[in-house]
Amino acid sequence: MEDKIIKQISLFAENKPGRLAKIASNFRKAGINIRAFTIAEAGDFGIIRMVVDRPDKAHEVLHDAGFTVSETNVLGIEMEDVPGGLGKIADVLGEKNINIDYAYAFVTKTEQALLILRVNDIETAIKVLLDSGIKLIDMADIQQI
Amino acid sequence: MLEYWNPLIERMPVDELEKMQEKKLKHLVNYVYQHSDFYKKRFDEAGVRPEDIQTLDDLKKLPFTYKSDLRDTYPTGMFCVPNEQLVRFHVSSGTTGKPTVVGYTKNDIDGWTTSLARAMTSIGVGRGDIIQVGYGYGLFTGGLGAHYGAEEIGATVLPTSSGNTERQIELIQDLNSSVIACTPSYFLFMNEVAEKANVSIENDTDLRVGIFGAEPWSEEMRARIEQATGIKAYDIYGTSELSGPLFTECQYQDGIHIWADQFLIEVIDPETGEQLKEGERGELVITTLFKEALPLIRYRIGDITVINKDPCKCGRTHPRIMRVLGRADDMLIVRGINVFPGQIESVLMTIPEVGEHFMIVVDRVNELDVMKVQIEMTDQAFSDKVNDIIDLEKKVASALKSVLNISVKVELVESGTIPRSMGKAKRVTDNRNL
Repeated sequence: MEDKIIKQISLFAENKPGRLAKIASNFRKAGINIRAFTIAEAGDFGIIRMVVDRPDKAHEVLHDAGFTVSETNVLGIEMEDVPGGLGKIADVLGEKNINIDYAYAFVTKTEQALLILRVNDIETAIKVLLDSGIKLIDMADIQQI
Repeated sequence: MLEYWNPLIERMPVDELEKMQEKKLKHLVNYVYQHSDFYKKRFDEAGVRPEDIQTLDDLKKLPFTYKSDLRDTYPTGMFCVPNEQLVRFHVSSGTTGKPTVVGYTKNDIDGWTTSLARAMTSIGVGRGDIIQVGYGYGLFTGGLGAHYGAEEIGATVLPTSSGNTERQIELIQDLNSSVIACTPSYFLFMNEVAEKANVSIENDTDLRVGIFGAEPWSEEMRARIEQATGIKAYDIYGTSELSGPLFTECQYQDGIHIWADQFLIEVIDPETGEQLKEGERGELVITTLFKEALPLIRYRIGDITVINKDPCKCGRTHPRIMRVLGRADDMLIVRGINVFPGQIESVLMTIPEVGEHFMIVVDRVNELDVMKVQIEMTDQAFSDKVNDIIDLEKKVASALKSVLNISVKVELVESGTIPRSMGKAKRVTDNRNL
């Protein structure tokens, strides 16, 4: 089950010009590709969350550049691109009383819709999602997107 | 083992010490009255004559001296000796106003050096120690003061001055420095730089003692420093007007010993100027008993403290002042309430998620003072859930409010973005045009 966990890069950034540019230029130099990206903004600061092809390298590069950064375990779910796709996932988790801390979605080049989720109980979430026939992607999939 | 630099004086019975102080005080008032037009005028205006001062109790008849007097008589208007008797000048930076100039005769330098030699001995530093002096050398008194004290006790001085932090760490390792003297905030910065270079102060160096001062710092900050670096951190106290750094705690870290044969201290009510009893908190007032060039009579140093005359476990009989958390010059008045940066530091250092660096920003918005405290996000405190961070800001804000009695906005900023200082840390940005 461990291999179904995706390592997301989370970092703390003040809400001021140039922060994103600094991240991007560090990634460019290190040859790191961003697969998914979102900013949770809260007034003076924001938390930038990213799924990248090489999370350990990304963590190192950002840490060395002075950012406060962590790797967070999240789930990547391949969604059926049909009405009700998201609802099914939410139902499965809700039934088991698993809370979604946050979620964001993106569409790949191959026109798959992928959902990134952080939940309060990742082990149980993986189990119930797999049992319900929902497809979880892993780090190898992320690298190939 | 307890060691003393001047055992006879340092352990002298209190009544004998007071007799000595009385004798020196009587000499002092005559001396300044004869040698300084400033003091003569000040005494005459107050209607006091030197012969009115016969006992220590008569001290309260004497007028106070203020920092503004030194500024008003800039540069040397209060000096009691002609310039050819001086061996040195130091000049304050003048960050809070016009600079002040202090002149020293040979005896003044010797007295200053003796004070620090006693202090350094009292924290177990001496021959065989390598003392890295990271206080600035030059017009600032910190570097040269510590330097002379360290040489006096037979230690080896490494006069790095402040700055060039990578080099400081290299030298700590290469020359096996055992003692570091600098501002506490600079030492924390050194530790940060050392960690980045994978050097552990605790495991990879011989540093065992820090002599930290020139800026207020709290007991909580001491705990952080000692815990992070494995050294014993001692508070050093003084001010350029009195010579420079002069006094430290002893090994028991329970108040700063003020050498009674050299300085006479009292604590007063800052509003009324009345002397307070031992153990009452008030403004420290110091009279110099040995200085020739620029003696100060009842000098309003502006620090708030408590005097403790109880005998110290170390055997020294000289009075102690308890940790000074702020000088009147540093005090902020926010919505009519007095706030010392030291109070804020002391609250922040009790919260494990908060790092060592902070900045206080005061603005005036719609005629109302608004105080903001910026703290740095740390690896330990970081959560990628927004609510966790907002909760941390609220937790810090409520801890500050409970101590300061005013609302404080807490803002988390990126780590490394609050300016690091090589000398006195700048903790306050006051954007009000007061």
